Formats: sequence, structure tokens, C-alpha cells
Amino acid sequence: MADGFAEGASRRDLLKTGALAGGLVLSFNLAGKAGAAAPAADAKLNAYVSLTPDNKVTIVSKNPEIGQGIKTSLPMIIAEEFDVDWASVTTKQADGDPATYGRQFAGGSMATPLHWDELRRVGAAGRAMVVAAAAQTWNVPAAECTTASGVVYHKASGKKATYGALAAKAATLPAPDLKTVPLKDPKDYKILGKFMPQVDSAGLVTGQPLFGIDVVVPGMLYATFDKAPVFGAKVASADLAAAKAVKGVRQAFVVEGGTDLSGLVPGVAVVADSWWQARKGREKLNTQWAEHPTSKQSSAGYDAQALALSKAPPLRTERNDGDVAAGLKGAAKTVEAAYSYPFIAHAALEPMNCTAAFKDGKLEIWAPTQNPEAGRQLVAKTLGIAPADITLHMTRCGGGFGRRLANDYMVQAAWIAREAKAPVKMLWTREDDLRYDYYRPAGYHFLSGGVDASGSVTAWHDHFVSLGNDGRFASSAGMSPTEFPSRFVPNYRYDLSLIPTGVPTGPLRAPGSNALSFVIQSFIDELAHAAGADPVAFRLKLLGDGGMMGTPGQNGYAADRMRGVVKLAAEKAGWGKTKLPKGTGMGIAFHFSHMGYFAEVVQATVAADGAVKVDKVWVAADVGRQIVNPAGGINQVQGSVLDGLSAALGQVITIENGAAVQSNFGDYPLLRMADAPPVEVHFLITDNPPTGLGEPALPPAPPALCNAIFAATGKRIRSLPINTEALKSV
Amino acid sequence: MAFKINVNGKSRNVDVEEGTPLLWALRDGLGILGPKFGCGVGQCGACTVHIDGQPVRSCALPIEAVGAAKVVTIEGIGATAVGKKVQAAWTELDVAQCGYCQPGQIMSATALLNATPKPADADIDAAMSGNICRCATYVRIRAAIKQASGQKVEA
Repeated sequence: MADGFAEGASRRDLLKTGALAGGLVLSFNLAGKAGAAAPAADAKLNAYVSLTPDNKVTIVSKNPEIGQGIKTSLPMIIAEEFDVDWASVTTKQADGDPATYGRQFAGGSMATPLHWDELRRVGAAGRAMVVAAAAQTWNVPAAECTTASGVVYHKASGKKATYGALAAKAATLPAPDLKTVPLKDPKDYKILGKFMPQVDSAGLVTGQPLFGIDVVVPGMLYATFDKAPVFGAKVASADLAAAKAVKGVRQAFVVEGGTDLSGLVPGVAVVADSWWQARKGREKLNTQWAEHPTSKQSSAGYDAQALALSKAPPLRTERNDGDVAAGLKGAAKTVEAAYSYPFIAHAALEPMNCTAAFKDGKLEIWAPTQNPEAGRQLVAKTLGIAPADITLHMTRCGGGFGRRLANDYMVQAAWIAREAKAPVKMLWTREDDLRYDYYRPAGYHFLSGGVDASGSVTAWHDHFVSLGNDGRFASSAGMSPTEFPSRFVPNYRYDLSLIPTGVPTGPLRAPGSNALSFVIQSFIDELAHAAGADPVAFRLKLLGDGGMMGTPGQNGYAADRMRGVVKLAAEKAGWGKTKLPKGTGMGIAFHFSHMGYFAEVVQATVAADGAVKVDKVWVAADVGRQIVNPAGGINQVQGSVLDGLSAALGQVITIENGAAVQSNFGDYPLLRMADAPPVEVHFLITDNPPTGLGEPALPPAPPALCNAIFAATGKRIRSLPINTEALKSV
Repeated sequence: MAFKINVNGKSRNVDVEEGTPLLWALRDGLGILGPKFGCGVGQCGACTVHIDGQPVRSCALPIEAVGAAKVVTIEGIGATAVGKKVQAAWTELDVAQCGYCQPGQIMSATALLNATPKPADADIDAAMSGNICRCATYVRIRAAIKQASGQKVEA
């Protein structure tokens, strides 16, 4: 589910030090080897800690900040082991620079698992060097020295010195071995696990220009980019003269583009003194688009193809355990159901934008991107310049959700800037954003399942009809053969068929899982009700009494951890103990993704007119032994849950004539304040390595809601978004 | 053409064509970048400013409609006692995730507290539902409004 962000585990340590600007700079280079078969997974990581004589600490934040709080949480990990006060720390956003900082990206909820161990050691190594400097200065054993709040103490002699005072000497000392450097006992943590408001907080609430859209470069012009409604269609004609006649418009030109929907797509650029003028100019273009091979595709067409494919033999069988036919035949009860979910858009609130300046063969880019190095490579390849000639500044992103893992807008800005021979800020409209996305792909599941008299699932058959070309899944349209409940059901079969598509798809927060959980956890609910069992008890039984299933860190699934959160969520929600009024119900769902175990209970009320109101959500989460920053962590969980509910309650991108129909928040509604329920978050602390929180809370939310609606009304939601018309009781 | 508008207590000249939304006069014309562009049609509230104290979607207000009214943006709201309290509550509770919508949220929240110093949940729903938070920080927005208004904050 990490969409290419798997990373090798073993790491080689290399540590250099040097004095810079009168302070201590600790430069750590931890290069990883993932094996010869996967050279792309080679990763280098450098974290910089600098310290001034007045005891101020600067910690570079290496990854893109998209709202997940990484600019705060990664430096917190270093600062804890460095043993300084958080108040003395200033964080600094890194540029896109993998040679110095290692791999930089925001995706897959990977930052915590990838950095938890390394960055603690980075901080601890810094502390050890400062301690060594003190020990040498005082001529005492280092082991007799202690630290607190950026000060080294030697109790026996009563000596003490600030880190800042020791910085110059520390910088001349050899670095300790990262592997053996001592780490704190977690009970001594003063920063980790504490509620730390994000470092940009003051800037955010006073409107400081932190985002990509806020970048201003001297001599900068503004651009719009008109793209085809049919994804990737070429420009047939455009009235460039009419656009140029608009006041303030400097240039208008066709960008031929290519056929790769993740690269530079065809379009028309309008460049002006202000963005509004560029937009007015664009309105005059009257661009005509060439006929495109996918212009007849539609959501309705995909629906019809899926139904037809479901009745035919599959393209292939992805997994076949036991004998599903026999399992179904021998079942006490069987259930058949067809589930589907639509394309949805990321709709990050800051529309796609990027600023670029091309001068003397070199390019400078300011980009709100989740994936800077991939952007640099795309730009280099497309413009035919060396990656080394591109300077890439990472700005804060006004939301990511996976959209900014693609860098189509970056290459557009770079191309336009070179053509325009001026620095250019290119900005999309909301309509551009919703109509050219790498959508969460639609999908269809034709399921049959059986339960025996004791309430055990005996058979599970999924004919998954997904999107894909040439026998391969479209981006983020896949399902792993180890997806739950495989390995938990004796007779399990997963057949696959694919529908060709011209719609660009890609990872959207908890890719795969955000849709699969709806299908799987809803169908489990159907089986529970067919068995006449309580949905919580039925799930616990399905999870069995074992522990780790498969290989940890790869396809491993810790059934015991999942049982833990299911029980906790049920307990906190008062499952089975609360008398609910008519029209109100509770539903439960669980899902494992991004190394996190999540169970959620939704209480919802369905009105006579079918309107759904979510009353409350209870979340139980197991992401290991340490929550790095509860301030950001709880926020991520609550936001992910509401994100999932928002999509389930109303979001759909419909394809007609090869293009997206929806265009703005009027027809693509996002959850608003009045519809946002309280979300109670409980972390189950277990002795496992800490993992990420950007995504795994999302997947259980839609099925928990749909299961609550069933409990309230007896009506089963098998297609998203929820059709409230079908829930009417009057 | 040149328009004279009053922004954050100062008289400013901005040279834009008639019909240009106030948002773009502020952002590209005057370099006031706090108000954000989210939808362009007054549906998301990221561009919210105060016009004579009322919350207004600046992306949908043509510059010529501003006239002599006093425009206050997120950059200026901290100069008011209520605005300052709201900003402080936002920071203490760490409301923001990406933060892009928060200037608009804070402008709407401040207008709410100016009109209704102790808002009930229904008041918050009504006043804040024009502001989308894509990160869905609604639980904390509600808590911060209550904290800024001196009411009990539920976790």
C-alpha cells in the first residue's frame, strides 16, 4: 500500500562532523542498501543539527510538510535524544536535496517507521559529542557527566556548561558509533509523547506566506494552463490572439505535451501580469481539442462492463486457498452481494500550483510537492536539462492526500517558465484541480461467502473487477492476495478481471485500503447478520486466537493486535450496552494498513427522509509503543476518520465522454462543520515499533458508518457514496 | 484602473481592472497573501476577510464593490482583542493540519464571537459551515472557538 515507498531495512552508518558558522554541525549520513535487485530503493538520509554558542538549536526538517505535522515531529525525535528544551529548537525546512538529506517524500505513512530509530540515534550522537567535549574540558570521565535541557553537568565537581559553550570543541571530536550510542529510557522523555503545537502554528494563524501559492519571485509573471477535458487530448486549435488581446496578458502559447498522463500533458498556457488577467485571457482561448481514443469512456460504461465481466471467467485468479465451491456448499448460510465504489478526487484545498524560473540553462523551482525528487527527475527529462541544474525548494503544501506525489503541475510550470523567458507562478483553478486528478480508482467486487452453524466463515469468494490496461492494475487499483480475510478463511478465492481505462488514477490517502475496507468490512457485517451473530463477537471469532500471520513488515498481520483494538473500540463505545433510539445504530469496522491496526465504531442516525447524521465516532488505534506527537497524531486520526466519512457521504467523480463531470465544491461536496461529529481517539500502547498516522485511521470509517446505517435501518449500503434516497422510510 | 481601498487600517491604491475579485487585488495587487484561493466561487471560505466587520468571501467580491468599506484580513485581525484571542486558542489547541483554510476559519470565528460572544454548538455550526477544512480539523475548530469565548472545552 505504500505505492513504491517500500524501503530497505538494513542501514550503513557514516557520521561526519564539522564546524560551521561558529557552531556545531553534526552531519549524519545513513545510507541504506535494499539489495541489488532494487537499486531504486537505495536511500541516503542526512539530518543536520546545528547549535550556536548562545545555545540555540536548529534542526532541519527533511520531508515535505503537507499537514501531517512532519516539520514538527521529526525534529522532536532528534531533540529528545539530543536532550535540549523544545523551546530552544528552531526547525528549518530542507530543500529537495537527496544527496544531503536522503530520500524525501510524504507518502505511505512511512516517515515515523523510517526515521524513528535513526533520528533518535542522530540526536543521541550529538549529545554524546557534547558530553565528550565537557569531559575533556573538565578532565573527568564522560560516564560521570549528565545532561538536561541543553546543559552538561558533572555532579561530583559541581561543574556545568551549556551545549552552546561546548559546541566549538565538540565539533572537533570524533563521532560515536550510531549503532551503540546510548538512547534514553522512554520514561525519561520530555518532548516525545507531549502535546507540541506544530512549529508553523504562529505563522499559520497570522496568515504568513508559507504555501506554494504564496511564493513571490522578483519579475514574476502569472500563468494559467488550459487542459483538455478528455485526459491527455491534444490541442486542435486555440485563439491565442484573442487571449493576448486581454489587458495584462503577455503571452499565450500551445504546449504540445506528450502522452504520459503523469508527465507534461498537452494544453494552452496564458501568461500575464496577474493571475486574474491570465484567467481572463484563458476564457478567450476557445480551445478545441483533438479527438482522443478514450473519449467514449464513462462511469456508466465501466459499470456495465463490470457486471458483464462478473459473469464471465476471470482474467486470472490471484489466490485460491482450499475449495471455495465446497466451502459455500457446506455452509449453513450463504450471502451474495455486489459492491462498488466510485472515482474520487483529492481536492486538496490549495489548488495545484508551482513557481519556476529558468535562467542560463538552470532552473529554480518552488513547489508544494510530496515527492520532490521525482518531480526534479520528471522536469529534467521533459525539459532535457540535467537534474543537477535544477534547484528545488519545498514549500508547505495546502493539503496533499497523495495528489502531490504526482508532479504534473511542476513540469507544467517549468515548461511555461522556460517558454515565457520569465519567472512564472502557474496556478490551477478549482475546476482544473477536480477535472485533472489522479483519482482514487473506481472498483467492483462480486462477493459470495458462507458461514457455518457456529458462526465461522467457511468460504469467501471475491471476483474483483478493477481498472487496468494490458493485464496490469491501474495505479492504486490493486488488491493484495494477502488482503484480509485471506489466511483467516479456510476456503478463499480471489479472482480478478480488468477494465481498460483512460482515466488517470493514483494514490489517495490510504490507497487501496480506503475502498477495500468498505467492501470487506461491510460484507463481514453481512455474514455476521446472516449467522445471527453480534458483529463484534463475529469479528473477534474471525480474527481467531493466533498472533502474527505472515512475515512482519512485509505481508504480516498481527491478529492479536487487531483483536486488541476491536475490543477497545467496542468497550469505549459502550457496544451492546447502550440502548439506542429507533433510527439510530452503531456499526463497527477494523482495518490494517500502513502498519497500523485500527478499529472504529460509528453511531449514526437516519432520519425519515433518509438523511444520515453521524452522532459520534470512537477510534481504537495500535501504532506501537510511542505516539511521537499527540498534537499532530490525534489530529491526523480525527481528520482521517472525517475524511473517510466525507467521501462516503457524498463524493463521486463521474466520468462522461472521457472526462470528469464534477467541477467545484457545489457538485463535489466536502464535509462541513455542521456535519462533523465528535471523534474520540484511544491509542492502545503495545510493545511494537512506532508507525505512522497519516492514513491508517481512514479505511475503517466508511464501513463503520455503513454498518451503523444497517443497524439503524436494516438497509445495506453496497455502493458509495451513500444514496440517502434509498434510506427513506416515508 | 486604480482603486483606493482601506485594508487593515491603511489606505491603499491598487491597480486592477474592474471586475477583479478583491482576493486577487489583495494577493497579486497588494501582496497581502493571507487570504487564500480555494474555489473562486465563494463556497470554501478560504478567502474570507472582514468588510466592515462582516465575514465576506473575497474571491467573489469585485473590487469596485468595496468602496470606502474597511477591509480587514488575517494579517490585521490580531490587532483586535477578539481576533487575538481566537488566534491564541488556535495555536494552543494546535487546530491546523495543513493550515491552508485556517485564515478563513479564523476570520469567520472572529466574526462569530464579535456577534455572539458565547456561541452554542448550533451557532458554531451556522457561522462556520461556509468554511471548508479539507483536513477536517472541525473537532478542534469547535474546541478553539469555545476556548476563545471562555467556555468549557470538551476533549
